[in-house]
Amino acid sequence: MKNTVKQIVLLFLKNSIRMLSLLFAVSIISFALVSVSPIDPVQQYIMGIGPVSEEQRAEIEAYWGLDRPPVARYIRWLSALFRGDFGTSLLYRRPVTEIILERFQNSLVLMLCAWGVSGIIGFSLGCVMGMNQGKWQDRLFRKLCYFLSSVPTFWLGLVFLLLFSVRLGWFPVGFSTPIGMRNSEVRIWQRLHHLALPAFTLSLMSFSDIALHTRQKMIDVMNSAYVLFARARGEFGWTLFVRHGLRNTLLPALTLQFASFAELFGGSVLAENVFSYPGLGSAVSAAGLHSDVPLLLGITLFSTLFVCIGNMTANLLYGVIDPKIREAQS
Amino acid sequence: MKKLRQWLFHWQQWKTPLLPMKRLNVRTKAFALTVILFSLIVTIYGVGILIPQKAVATDFAHAKQPPSWQHLFGTDNLGRDILVRTLKGMSVSVTIGIVASCISAVIGILIGIAAAVGSRFWDSVINWLIDLIMGIPHTVFIILISFALGRGLKGLLAGIAATHWASLARLIRGEVLQLRNQHYITVSRRLGKSGSWILIHHMLPHLVPQFLVGLILMFPHAILHEASISFLGYGLPPEQPAVGIILAESMTYLSAGMWWMAVFPGLVLVLIVWLIDQLGENLRRVIDPFHAQE
Repeated sequence: MKNTVKQIVLLFLKNSIRMLSLLFAVSIISFALVSVSPIDPVQQYIMGIGPVSEEQRAEIEAYWGLDRPPVARYIRWLSALFRGDFGTSLLYRRPVTEIILERFQNSLVLMLCAWGVSGIIGFSLGCVMGMNQGKWQDRLFRKLCYFLSSVPTFWLGLVFLLLFSVRLGWFPVGFSTPIGMRNSEVRIWQRLHHLALPAFTLSLMSFSDIALHTRQKMIDVMNSAYVLFARARGEFGWTLFVRHGLRNTLLPALTLQFASFAELFGGSVLAENVFSYPGLGSAVSAAGLHSDVPLLLGITLFSTLFVCIGNMTANLLYGVIDPKIREAQS
Repeated sequence: MKKLRQWLFHWQQWKTPLLPMKRLNVRTKAFALTVILFSLIVTIYGVGILIPQKAVATDFAHAKQPPSWQHLFGTDNLGRDILVRTLKGMSVSVTIGIVASCISAVIGILIGIAAAVGSRFWDSVINWLIDLIMGIPHTVFIILISFALGRGLKGLLAGIAATHWASLARLIRGEVLQLRNQHYITVSRRLGKSGSWILIHHMLPHLVPQFLVGLILMFPHAILHEASISFLGYGLPPEQPAVGIILAESMTYLSAGMWWMAVFPGLVLVLIVWLIDQLGENLRRVIDPFHAQE
């Protein structure tokens, strides 16, 4: 027992160090990329406020520290980061941290719903396919999975929007709350009503991966010696599935699901844009289009942190829960 | 009812000679399918390239028309034929997808080999780099690179190329590591052959099929990414009719009921991506006989 705790702590530390090094590298790379950009943020800023004289322009540049060399600017930016200051968004004229936290709440609800739905649907489909390998269920669902992986998410979102919102009028056309209502007045079911379509679209994107992976695992399990023995004892169908199939496929599926945060976030950028959902995804594309450098950098770092936490959870899950791997490591 | 049953019986009896594909073995079938798919894709691509710019001129007299025999996919808000625009846009998207995946695949194979052949230090550095690329969500990373290069075609190409090599590199690395421990390579080394000689004569013949299949399976991803990034408004200028841009334009007219602007270009995109994906799968069966029977 004591050994296990020690191992968990060790694994956690190792993963944390790796995560910090990755975050540090991402901060350097993203800052370098933004610095070499020929798009001039000052020009973009000025376009927003009207004609400006040369002196005023120089003053803005000095205020933002743009007259200094890139390395000095990077160090200044990084030290501000450690104090929790991500700068001020040019687009929304508010502190970046405030925007990220507010929008992340919206995005998190969306991604969590999609993540859960795609995980449950994907895992169940994978189990059905794996238990019925080669039968019609397997072939049908496998075709469906392969087909869905060549359908772009945003187009699917557009089609759903046309069908369910414009044609049938079942769901609202966009945003996370009814238009013209204050945030405090919005009921929970209204939020869910606005959330349903984007979350469903996003979940459709990612479930084929998990389904195909679970199918493969299930086939491996069903071909194993212990299942052969179980069959010889007379187990079949549901009992066989619960006692052997489910237990041995659940963990790999869960791990894969945690490791898919990058695709989840990438998909949410598109889904949020299609449904005009006010989350991080629509903020990052707007920040890039309107040259809002502080916001773009902030969201890049934040999304990397999000993905890294997912990957770390996946690693820990594998190392901690699975006794086979835990004992192999010690 | 009896007639139907009779007919069904006959059909079951005769279907084998009627459908010659059923009698071929898996690899011959895959080869035939590869040729058919390839010529289909090239035809669609060629049609898109050959359409003159004149055909997508604005024509306000025929604006916002629903699908008809004259305009199979309907016309958009400026009276341009959507079928013609989509085909032209598809050829642009496919070109970008192919160029970006070629660059990406070359990066992938070089880095993969470097990781497996170099010292342990370089191996861990490259592994860390792969983790880094996979750690930033692709869409965000492409937005960032596109921003760095001033948006436009260059940014799009660089963005897609920079994000897609990681999985291929990982695959190639594993393959080389496995090859290195093979007996014939050890023997070859003992016989005094140099590392580069072994790489060219013993390893490359194994890596080239992997590379080709990895490359072709990368196309659909690259094309989908191209479409989604230009949908977000990065990448090509609006007068270049990339599929993503057509779809982005259609967003404005969704609530006006112009469903054909969104549905048809997307369907063509799905069709092309699916065709290329099938091409890759069949080519894998032809090139890689070990896994052909799955």
